[in-house]
Amino acid sequence: MSLLELHEISKTYGAGPTEVHAVADINLEVDRGSLVAIMGPSGSGKSTLLTIAGSLEEPTSGEVFIDGVSLQKMSHNDKAKLRRRTVGYVFQEFNLLAGLTAAENVSLPLELDGIRARKARAAGIAVLEELGLADRASRYPDELSGGERQRVAIARAVIGGRHLLLADEPSGALDQANSEAVMRMLLTACKKDVAAVVVTHDAQLASWADRVVFLRDGRVVDHTIPPPSPESLLQSPPQR
Amino acid sequence: MSIRYALLGFLSEQPKYGHQLRQEFEERTSDVWPLNVGQVYTTLQRLERDGLIESDEADSEGPQKRFRITATGAEELARWLNKPIDLTVPPRDELVIKVLVALELPNVDVRDVLQVHRRYIVELMQQWTRLKEDEGQYDLSLALVVDAELFRLDAVIRWLDAVDGRLKRMSLAPRATGVEHPVLRRRLAVRR
Repeated sequence: MSLLELHEISKTYGAGPTEVHAVADINLEVDRGSLVAIMGPSGSGKSTLLTIAGSLEEPTSGEVFIDGVSLQKMSHNDKAKLRRRTVGYVFQEFNLLAGLTAAENVSLPLELDGIRARKARAAGIAVLEELGLADRASRYPDELSGGERQRVAIARAVIGGRHLLLADEPSGALDQANSEAVMRMLLTACKKDVAAVVVTHDAQLASWADRVVFLRDGRVVDHTIPPPSPESLLQSPPQR
Repeated sequence: MSIRYALLGFLSEQPKYGHQLRQEFEERTSDVWPLNVGQVYTTLQRLERDGLIESDEADSEGPQKRFRITATGAEELARWLNKPIDLTVPPRDELVIKVLVALELPNVDVRDVLQVHRRYIVELMQQWTRLKEDEGQYDLSLALVVDAELFRLDAVIRWLDAVDGRLKRMSLAPRATGVEHPVLRRRLAVRR
């Protein structure tokens, strides 16, 4: 069973002549441990799809399953709990709170979920350690580089054993070296039993994913097949 | 052409044997561009003919010759390193031609042609990225070679996206009737 399953998801805004189909008939499955990129131009429905997958928005039709449970049948409160405990978001703007250290930012979701501050803080430091950011734990966001802030945001998204990581252009404002560090960290997070979905228009970013799904005008038009071993590039270099 | 200068570069460090140069070329380009022995020796012969390198006489112990760079060779290497490569002539790009042809054909959806290429290129990029993910952290020359490929392929994807964008804008733009389009006076002439 995949951690995230989207069945025939459609989302329509407006009605009559002003009706807009943001996404239509989307089917997608993302397993734990895998990173899926959704690629498409602006306005292709990428971000809408992500907000529906994270239960921030209701689809007009279709059904979302997270860990086998249909969101359609859930109460408002249960959905809020699911968002707090299972889903982590990463946006282009890092959305770290300026007055809190990296460790405090990372542990905030646990504190908001009612876990005692000391225990939450210990979990925050543990996840920063796991993701190679232990030496940044007591820094404030303005003492971190853009790439480090985004990596802290990723740590915050996966704290407390959250298994679904949804990222919208996570390296949009970063240079190549920092983008790479962010993607390496997303992959590290995936290896810890997380299912990740990244939406982007950037092919270099998408190429870190196990599978790339292409959206056009709100529909899935294509997807990559899992890449063969990279050794094939070395044995038979691309013809130029 | 660049093999010639790569070999000159390796010889500027110290005199070396032909087989050593081949091995070094493959190591330093992280095996991405394999080189056969014939290519190495032909290139060395030409470098020697042009006075850019010289060789020891074959010693009695074996047939291998050792090569060293000459003063002229060192000057030539420095000149090559600092001379910008020629990018003035656009390559005759098969993909551009393909898309231009597809645009004219009535039963072809250009967007499908674009997508076939987009997927193929992203799959290639996934393979290069996997290589970087596995080994690029520890191997600088591999990371540089992979980055070069990724940026080259990324540029093609951006062009495909730009074509998609232009097609979309043109299909949405209201068609003017009875208005003549301005004729492009200056033709783009490309030297070949």
